[in-house]
Amino acid sequence: MVPFAGWNMPVMYTSIMDEHQAVRSGAGVFDISHMGQFIVRGAGSEAWLNRMLANNVAKLGDGEGQYSFLLNEGGGVIDDLIVYRLAEDEFFLVVNASKMAEDFSWLEGRRDEGVELLDQSDAWAGMAVQGPDAAEVWSKVFPEVALPPRNGIAEVPGGGIVCRTGYTGEDGFEYFSPASDGAGAFRAFVDAGAKPCGLGARDTLRLEMCYPLNGNDLSPERTPVEAGLGFFVDLEKGDFIGRDVVAAQKAEGPDERLFAIEYTDKGAPPRAHYAVLSAEGETLGELTSGVLSPSLGKGIGMAYLPRGGVKVGTPLQIDVRGRKFPAVVVKKPFYKPANKKG
Amino acid sequence: MNVPDELRYNKSHEWVRLEGDTATIGISDHAQEELTDVVFVELPEVGRAVDAGDPTAVVESVKAASDIYSPVAGEVVEVNEAVEADPSLVNSDPYGQGWIYKLKVKDVSQVEGMMDADAYRGMIG
Repeated sequence: MVPFAGWNMPVMYTSIMDEHQAVRSGAGVFDISHMGQFIVRGAGSEAWLNRMLANNVAKLGDGEGQYSFLLNEGGGVIDDLIVYRLAEDEFFLVVNASKMAEDFSWLEGRRDEGVELLDQSDAWAGMAVQGPDAAEVWSKVFPEVALPPRNGIAEVPGGGIVCRTGYTGEDGFEYFSPASDGAGAFRAFVDAGAKPCGLGARDTLRLEMCYPLNGNDLSPERTPVEAGLGFFVDLEKGDFIGRDVVAAQKAEGPDERLFAIEYTDKGAPPRAHYAVLSAEGETLGELTSGVLSPSLGKGIGMAYLPRGGVKVGTPLQIDVRGRKFPAVVVKKPFYKPANKKG
Repeated sequence: MNVPDELRYNKSHEWVRLEGDTATIGISDHAQEELTDVVFVELPEVGRAVDAGDPTAVVESVKAASDIYSPVAGEVVEVNEAVEADPSLVNSDPYGQGWIYKLKVKDVSQVEGMMDADAYRGMIG
């Protein structure tokens, strides 16, 4: 167990390798009760959220969700989140545990009159079931409730809510229930065939997909454009916090970008903060994340590196306690799920 | 938990098998189970002189890198290249094929001062 944003969470239940494999080939269940949930509602909610968030909330229909960012004035990332439209001027936001309090006070301090902002994080437990068999697990536990389509959200009788999203690259859903029903939901998904998975596998699975982890790969000093996530920023929708900086970067190209780096051979697992060197040995940056990829059997990681001279195919070295392991810049993601059903 | 009677142990979970003045060193069954899924072993250089307590090798699982501390002083005379090629041997056979390095021991009484199997069993509970 490790402390994580005020929670005690398991790094693994049995083995990171086994849990990772279960998600890639069957189904795994993660307790994500630490994540935060906000409700935004009332007249003018959509217009207000569109000034607070980088992606375009107006593109959402009822029951649809999108990945977005809460940016600071300098275009840096306070948090990455998913926003769902429940109804006209009623939205459900799922935010990172470590940023919950900061997100809430940032939003509350800028709230428009008439817009209601509620922190419901303590009221909800969350279980993410991920893997090619996730839909089957769902139908065993909730045979009468259809899963929403990809990125969608649906109400579940009994006060729950289910979102067709995840952090692994596989099919799957995140089920939020009243907190008191959380343990029962976890057991029900396990009984239906999902393997309990901890933070370790959550990290290896998301990094194989190049999904960023806020605090590692995203920070208040880095914009979504530098992180290679400009797709989720809508410059056409009108003004929003951080727009000027992001627009200028998008037009001119950022000085540094988050690149995906893979070992060319076996080696000591790369980890966050290890130095990234050019083939000639010049220090270019450091890894923001790094793991031994269970799917590829090789070290993988990401790092902000100067764009001039670094591109897909550029040879690099990773410094592990003074030993240099050869690596290369590759296209994102590292891994493409092969098992997707439906 | 497998704790062979004929070996000596230290607090940081290394074991020592003494034959003459040669000590074979590895990590205990308990340690490999705590680490899980060993994916990389960094071996010391043959010929290196080490003191008791020196970090001498590194065993890495997916979750973390762990230093292996030399339980006794001496000179590294042999390293197990098989665990470099197949790190999972540390999990599957920690007291056999999963050994890590051998030392020519400076002072054999240092080994005798280590925990015996009973004391180590008591420590890991």
